[in-house]
Amino acid sequence: MSVLAPSPSSSPAPAAAAPLPKPPPERVRIGGADRDLVTHLLYAGLGALALTWLAYDRLLPVSGTIGFWLTCYGTFIVMLAAISATTLDRMAVIDRVVGVLVTTAGLALVSALAGIVIFTAVRGKGALGHLNFFTETTAYIGPDAPLDQGGIFAAIIGTLEQVALSLLFSVPLGIATAVYLSEVRGRLARLVRIVVEAMTAVPTIVAGLFIYSLAIIQLGWDRSGLAASLALSVSMIPVVTTTAEVVLRLVPNGLREASLALGTTQWQTVRRVVLPTARPGLVTAVLLGVARVIGETSPVLLVAGSTNELNYDPTHGPQLSLPLFVFTGMRQPLDVAIARAFGAAVVLLALVVVFFALARIIGGREPGHLSGRQRRRLAAGARAVTQNSAQGENP
Amino acid sequence: MSTVTLPVTPAPRPTPQRRTITVRPTRSDRVFVLGARAAALLTLLVMGLIGTFLLIGALPALRSQGWGFLTEHEWLPEADKFGIAALLWGTILIGVFALIVAIPVSLGAALFISEYAPRSLKKSLITLVDLMAAVPAVIYAIWALFFLQAHLLTVAQWLSVHLSWLPFMTVKVPDSPSSYTSSAFIAGMAVGVVVLPTMTSVMREVFSQAPVGEREGAIALGATRWGMIRAVVLPFGRAGIIGGIMLGLGRALGETIVVYALISPMFDFTTHPFESGTNAIAAHIASRYSESSGVALAGLLGAGLVLFGFTLVINTLAGIIVSRSRSGASTEI
Repeated sequence: MSVLAPSPSSSPAPAAAAPLPKPPPERVRIGGADRDLVTHLLYAGLGALALTWLAYDRLLPVSGTIGFWLTCYGTFIVMLAAISATTLDRMAVIDRVVGVLVTTAGLALVSALAGIVIFTAVRGKGALGHLNFFTETTAYIGPDAPLDQGGIFAAIIGTLEQVALSLLFSVPLGIATAVYLSEVRGRLARLVRIVVEAMTAVPTIVAGLFIYSLAIIQLGWDRSGLAASLALSVSMIPVVTTTAEVVLRLVPNGLREASLALGTTQWQTVRRVVLPTARPGLVTAVLLGVARVIGETSPVLLVAGSTNELNYDPTHGPQLSLPLFVFTGMRQPLDVAIARAFGAAVVLLALVVVFFALARIIGGREPGHLSGRQRRRLAAGARAVTQNSAQGENP
Repeated sequence: MSTVTLPVTPAPRPTPQRRTITVRPTRSDRVFVLGARAAALLTLLVMGLIGTFLLIGALPALRSQGWGFLTEHEWLPEADKFGIAALLWGTILIGVFALIVAIPVSLGAALFISEYAPRSLKKSLITLVDLMAAVPAVIYAIWALFFLQAHLLTVAQWLSVHLSWLPFMTVKVPDSPSSYTSSAFIAGMAVGVVVLPTMTSVMREVFSQAPVGEREGAIALGATRWGMIRAVVLPFGRAGIIGGIMLGLGRALGETIVVYALISPMFDFTTHPFESGTNAIAAHIASRYSESSGVALAGLLGAGLVLFGFTLVINTLAGIIVSRSRSGASTEI
């Protein structure tokens, strides 16, 4: 191995001899692109492309675009291994091939997401170009009416109401459960944690089926937005609870102890110290919950009923929502309905991305980070206190 | 130091009495603890209610079919003959196809993010994976229906034609691309994309916790990057890989909308996964709930109960495996 070879500086050189100008040591490159690797990749890539282009459809019994690229990729890997083997030993060749395979997998993941987003956006462009798409409903137009009539207004209203209602149910319950798990820590905590974990795994269709059998069959409710929001809450509670618990556990224990040492009760500590410190994280928990349920289709499909009409009242009558609109639209054999479905899908995707990004931005702050307004308010409060005490001393 | 004589006061002190320390919570505290406990109990109750209601609702079907509910493949509630055998088989088949595509890609992607990606890219890649997990299933469904299916047809056809010596790979009309639509294979591939981010993020998290000392040791001994991964990262993350795969399987079994949008339902055992027609429990529930009542609805609830039990067991096991690997118990160093 070259590492073990004696380096020139340690070789016993006659001290009397005139100091020869040492050859500048070869720089060892750490990291960065290896020039060898780049040329080898390039050669293998070009070779594979050329060979596949030549042989494909003629020698191989394969056809189609996907088949072409798969064959090309396979040839590329083989060629890369062969070219690398001319300069490297076996271990290094394997290392290089695995590196390429792993990088491909990473690229595949990214391109799958990019492909989904771009494909949906391109197909949805037609519907999104019309303003009426956001302000009208599809209730009183023909099924094949052009895109400049009708829209997703009813679906947007339904989604907003259902998500708001399910927030109303699941945020207090989720955060209170998280407080129980991290602050009260009763005997039940272990069991509750296991059950909440299991609840994240309940398929959403089962949550929908549960509300269907509870509310619609047993209690005789209508199919309604309220039932849909109950079903959404079942999926939302575990998300909010687990995220909130993690966030509460990040609150430094010193803060709790300092607060208790000042003589506060546990409730005061939780309300005045723990929850405000964890506030950004709790907001993140809620936003992640929203991002998770806003696109849930299967529970809504079961319990929200089907309608095209605008229904502001979530407690009575069927209510449309965005995922439901996408799902029913994409199953119709009409180009305009499919175009509308893609348009609604883009809106839904945009909403998810917005909530997700908000969750990241807010959750990225340190625990206890104060906004400018909060800091000013605190400062004003402190000033008021000092002034009061100063006035109290003077007379 | 000079010695200082302290005035000695020999007054006999009373021997200190042991104080009993009692914690008397204030009223606000009592209310707070009670409230938090009530919330936790309510969460427990919701979960318990799901199981109970499905069980109660399913009882008529279970009573009328007995064990036949698990072994019958037809779904003819009018003729009082229905069971979930074919549905269960289809669900598992789609799950297996999903894993076939998702395991290599998620393993590679997790390794890429934790080991190969440049540091500047790492954070945004993690965010991207999380975002992909948050994309609603209905978006995957519309993409799979209009994009993936069209592009997978030729692949399915090629595989089926060239592996036709395997008896289950054949289809009835090999020349027509439409024989390959709505198959278990296509649905499985689409579900594989859906579960990809879940599996990737579990595996990546475990890989990134592989101990730095051992990594550096391997590199210092002259290992290549892959050598280091094989000797340190993969053994350390073994439990995470298994747990991630199981979590992915759990999600794949419960996936409804993607499967429902893609397949054409069939009530026989799917013996030719490349041929059009298959079924799955979740998709079956979504397609039949509106026209079912009485014992048929009870059957659907029973199917839901089985799905519930299945995913619960798989996910609990996965959770245990992953949490054990996080505590480092699986490493023997």
